[in-house]
Amino acid sequence: MHLNIHMVLAQLMLGLNNGVFYALLSLGLAVIFGMLNIINFAHGALYMLGAFVALLGYTKLGPLLGMPGFHVNYWAALIVAPLVVALVGVLIEKTMLKRLYKVDHLYGLLLTFGLALVIQGVFTNYFNVSGTPYNAMPASLKGVVNLGFMIFPKYRLWSIGISLAVCFGTWFLAERTKLGSQLRAGTENPSLVQAFGINVPLLVTLTYGYGVALAAFAGVVAAPIYSVSPLMGSDVIITVFAVVVIGGMGSIMGSIVTGLALGMVEGLTKVVYPPAANTVIFFMMILVLLVKPAGLFGRE
Amino acid sequence: MKKLLMQVVTGIAMLSMAGLASAAGISNNVVKIGVLTDMSGVYSAIGGEGSVTAAKMAVADFGGKVLGKKIEVISADHQNKADIASEKAREWFDNDHVDMVIGLLNSGCAIAVQKLGQEKHHIVISTGAGSTALTNKDCSPYGIHYVYDTYSLPKVAASAIIDHGGKTWFFLTADYAFGHSLEENTAKFVKNHGGKVLGQVLHPLATSDFSSYLLQAQSSGAKVIGLANAGGDFVNAVKQAREFGIVQGGQTIAGMLVFLSDVKSLGLDVAQGMEFATAFYWNRDAASRKWSERYFKKTGAMPTMNQAGVYSATMHYLKAIKAAGTDNSDAVMKAFRAMKIDDFFSQNGYLRPDGTMVHDMFLAEVKKPSESKGPWDLLKIIKTVPGDEAFMPMSEGSCSFVKK
Repeated sequence: MHLNIHMVLAQLMLGLNNGVFYALLSLGLAVIFGMLNIINFAHGALYMLGAFVALLGYTKLGPLLGMPGFHVNYWAALIVAPLVVALVGVLIEKTMLKRLYKVDHLYGLLLTFGLALVIQGVFTNYFNVSGTPYNAMPASLKGVVNLGFMIFPKYRLWSIGISLAVCFGTWFLAERTKLGSQLRAGTENPSLVQAFGINVPLLVTLTYGYGVALAAFAGVVAAPIYSVSPLMGSDVIITVFAVVVIGGMGSIMGSIVTGLALGMVEGLTKVVYPPAANTVIFFMMILVLLVKPAGLFGRE
Repeated sequence: MKKLLMQVVTGIAMLSMAGLASAAGISNNVVKIGVLTDMSGVYSAIGGEGSVTAAKMAVADFGGKVLGKKIEVISADHQNKADIASEKAREWFDNDHVDMVIGLLNSGCAIAVQKLGQEKHHIVISTGAGSTALTNKDCSPYGIHYVYDTYSLPKVAASAIIDHGGKTWFFLTADYAFGHSLEENTAKFVKNHGGKVLGQVLHPLATSDFSSYLLQAQSSGAKVIGLANAGGDFVNAVKQAREFGIVQGGQTIAGMLVFLSDVKSLGLDVAQGMEFATAFYWNRDAASRKWSERYFKKTGAMPTMNQAGVYSATMHYLKAIKAAGTDNSDAVMKAFRAMKIDDFFSQNGYLRPDGTMVHDMFLAEVKKPSESKGPWDLLKIIKTVPGDEAFMPMSEGSCSFVKK
């Protein structure tokens, strides 16, 4: 393959596109781990759930309500799907996860892993694993833009922009606001923060809800690009966990930056040596663990 | 921190092994058929639960008994991993008294299980795997390759596409036995037919983002982008090619292995006009329609060629047992070969010594949305290619026990 600057820029752009999904997903994991000490293996399944809520809202909800003309359109789905999935998350946290905070990480991991298999199994039973198309892309986002070095679909450009905005919004919320400082304080010393009259259990529940809402949001944004498939979560989640390990568990900025960077590394690998594209991230994970066992942005 | 990381890494390892399925079955003195297929992965819409249903339908239609003995169907997930497939098959042959294994959607799995079947004298019928290695380098006297292979598919499709002006090709190839074999054979036909291959790129099985590969295909300037992959990979590649304006830019996407479920998944808007080879289409004639509608009632989807093939092969296997008067593999294979296979699935079909089930293949075209009259009215059959033309002549093959 002939390499030129256009080709490299184009691949970086595509890598960035994958990178924003990695960033959104690993950000949610980081937020949840930071606050709850739970390694949320159900994250991929909830990402898939977000995409399915959008899909079903568009295709099935109207007929179900007896109003065949009624659709939850794309813009509404961007808000509704994360809310629905956040509710599911709150339910999971309130009924199950909350019992596991005091015990070893391994229990949370096993529980969420099991949940992921159950959710995925249910959807595999009812939906085509080759994927179902989500045709709700708004007309204003259809078509392509000429970036000079490549033709790029408008929708992908939008997906990069909105995802970056959500990522940095989350960072701002956690690091620069009063609510964020309470959250971080609650992580450090829950009983002391509670003594100040702050409702820490509520904060914890909301954090889990927010973390999984991020996954669902990523699912909705991804739905028009990829087919909505019961396996879409399990396909991406392994890579996302590698991103989290490289970035350092629990670091918010770390997971954003690492997600974006690894997306681009993967993009470049696809031109330079395509067969290595799906292993390059794990290779980097090994390297980082050897040199900096806590991850690039992690604290020892 | 270190412990935590270890746990995450353990979790990653667990994820990659997810879905270990189990199947039960103990009794002896029965004819036991094991459906080994992809139950949860990228190929499960092509075979999966639908293949199990098809095998059970065949058993029920046969009467549930052969030579006065009960027929049983069990199933398991091979997860598209050769080691898991052969481990499961070994357990079936050694402990569960399984007589015949059918399904095998992945060439790696099929080759491994067929080898095991040869060693243990058990019949193995591949209905989903594509690689021609099954009837050449790795052929077995107990192996049957039933539905299609990576020779017959491009033989039918590639020549039609070249005749329509698609002279230069670039391949996107799934990086394992099946993809390699499909690409290699297609490239051969392209060259023999006066076409030219400009390049290729390998992608891992179950890729969600094809844009990088598609961009390379686009910049190659090839008229035809040949997809030597299948299932979810095929669907995603086609969808994204459209998104990047590749089809609108004048390049043609040619799927070398396309299933009905893929067309359904893409929708007619995206897939219309696409030409590909198929061994079966539910609405081709009265017999195929009748069977498919029965299948539809049980599963809620029209059968892929694979699922129809599982029924046809299971039925023929049971007939062969009846004819042979025993379930001894050598006798059954002999009877299997002796009978023509003519049913709703196979026309002019017969089993060759190298294990290829030769039958007519079809060139299909995806309908325009305006031509379609129902949710499953997706294809039209535009050409029938006789089996002896579609499949590789045995004289060109390399099966060790076939005399040339």
